[in-house]
Amino acid sequence: MHFNRRDFLTAGAAVTAAGILPSCAGTAGSGAPHVIVVGAGYGGATCAKYIRKWDPKIKVTVIEPNDKFVSCPISNWVLGGMKTMADITHSYDTLRSKYGIDWVKDTVIGIDVDKRQVRTAGGQTLNYDRLVLAPGVEIRMDTVEGYKEAHAAQKVVHAWKAGPETALLRRQLEAMPDGGVFVMSVPTAPYRCPPGPYERACLVASYFKKHKPRSKIILLDGNQDVASKPALFKWAWKTYYDGMIDYRPNNGPKRVDMKTMTVHTEFDDVKGDVLNVVPAQRAGEVTALAGARNDSNKVWCVVDFVTFESTAAKNVHIIGDSVLSNHPKSGHMATNHAKVCASAIVELLNGRQPDPVPVVANTCYSAVSDSTAGHVATVFRYNPEKKQWDAQPGGGASAQGDEINFIFNWAWAENVWAEVLT
Amino acid sequence: MKNLFITGLVGVGLLGTSLAALATDAHTRVIATTCLSCHGPDGKSKSAMPSLAGIDKAYFVAQMKAFKSGQRPASVMHRHAQGYTDQEFEKMGEYFAAMK
Repeated sequence: MHFNRRDFLTAGAAVTAAGILPSCAGTAGSGAPHVIVVGAGYGGATCAKYIRKWDPKIKVTVIEPNDKFVSCPISNWVLGGMKTMADITHSYDTLRSKYGIDWVKDTVIGIDVDKRQVRTAGGQTLNYDRLVLAPGVEIRMDTVEGYKEAHAAQKVVHAWKAGPETALLRRQLEAMPDGGVFVMSVPTAPYRCPPGPYERACLVASYFKKHKPRSKIILLDGNQDVASKPALFKWAWKTYYDGMIDYRPNNGPKRVDMKTMTVHTEFDDVKGDVLNVVPAQRAGEVTALAGARNDSNKVWCVVDFVTFESTAAKNVHIIGDSVLSNHPKSGHMATNHAKVCASAIVELLNGRQPDPVPVVANTCYSAVSDSTAGHVATVFRYNPEKKQWDAQPGGGASAQGDEINFIFNWAWAENVWAEVLT
Repeated sequence: MKNLFITGLVGVGLLGTSLAALATDAHTRVIATTCLSCHGPDGKSKSAMPSLAGIDKAYFVAQMKAFKSGQRPASVMHRHAQGYTDQEFEKMGEYFAAMK
């Protein structure tokens, strides 16, 4: 390598410009580059943290309507009576103060992609150089007739976003008499948390077995088979809950009647004491404001996987459940999207090229009883020629549950919460 | 020349970009930090998974290779290890060894 004094001075000057002055690459206004992150779930919170960690010059503002982080992973444990809402609810305080993140408790109601501006329900207009949207999913209540009304009346909830609905569904299960029927539906894939419905059936069954052993669970699945970890869940249903779970594939809900507490499918009319209908989903509402819900069905967001920038909206990055890909829509996956995206944004705002071949991994545990669990884990390597993620050899799922995976299931939660929020 | 290069790095450090960030390429920092979703923030585990911060590089690389080959039994690490190259193990090992 040849490196003379003039080269050094030139390089120094360039670094000075990038380090102290606003970066010339992609800075709209004066001052430090500004990234706005919308949504502080697994993806958004991680992305905000790592942008600040990897380049403290970049100003980061998070816009999030909720006061606290409530975890979807482990929320089925609350339904099974193994954990409480307090166990899955965490403060944003450390994340905000430790990394110097500006925080706006608000909801985004408008995005101007050309002006690089977001508007909030609270009346603020904020400018950005790069925008990260991490809204999770929107529950499509209109895909099941009668659901909107039943949901508004709090008679039938989905509890597919952890929070008050999780607590309400738990109370409904507690109030159900022994010998009652719990009816749950599974949307057609892709949806948030592929193993979630089957884990939920297991943990509700675990609760019933101990406290209401004459009760039944009817699982109405819009898919033709168990959509994730099929061997594990079928093993658990037979081993632990034989005769308690009535699994009906290809039998998604068409209509809900809250007066008679009945779920109507194409084939069945199923009455229950507690109904937990989980409708189909699409990319979070805010992605539509940027015109970024741009796959062929206008349901999910197409992104460049090197940067997670939308293919429809320049300078708008989308991570987590809203993205169209072969990745499972999991909280863990969202933290990985967040790190690829944060790294790429740091590179771009410093006038450098992001890593052209990122690698991410999913790790997802599912409890199948109050003391056993299984996992699925896969590494995905980006293939720039095909513009897709190639699942690497060795990935796969447990065929049976065990106590080791149960220990790691809770350990995963403790570490991922710390990683995302501290 | 070498001195100039080092002086350059120090200069960059003073300007607010950390040496560690500069020394680590973007690919490595992402593959390494994605491990922390299970192994804990800054490589310091709060729970059953082992901490990675300050791990001996040679030990780390040997364990990853043993997971990959199946020589070391694992609950989940054999799945992850098969997804990375030996060169990536080296880079991750350096990253975690340098983590305080």
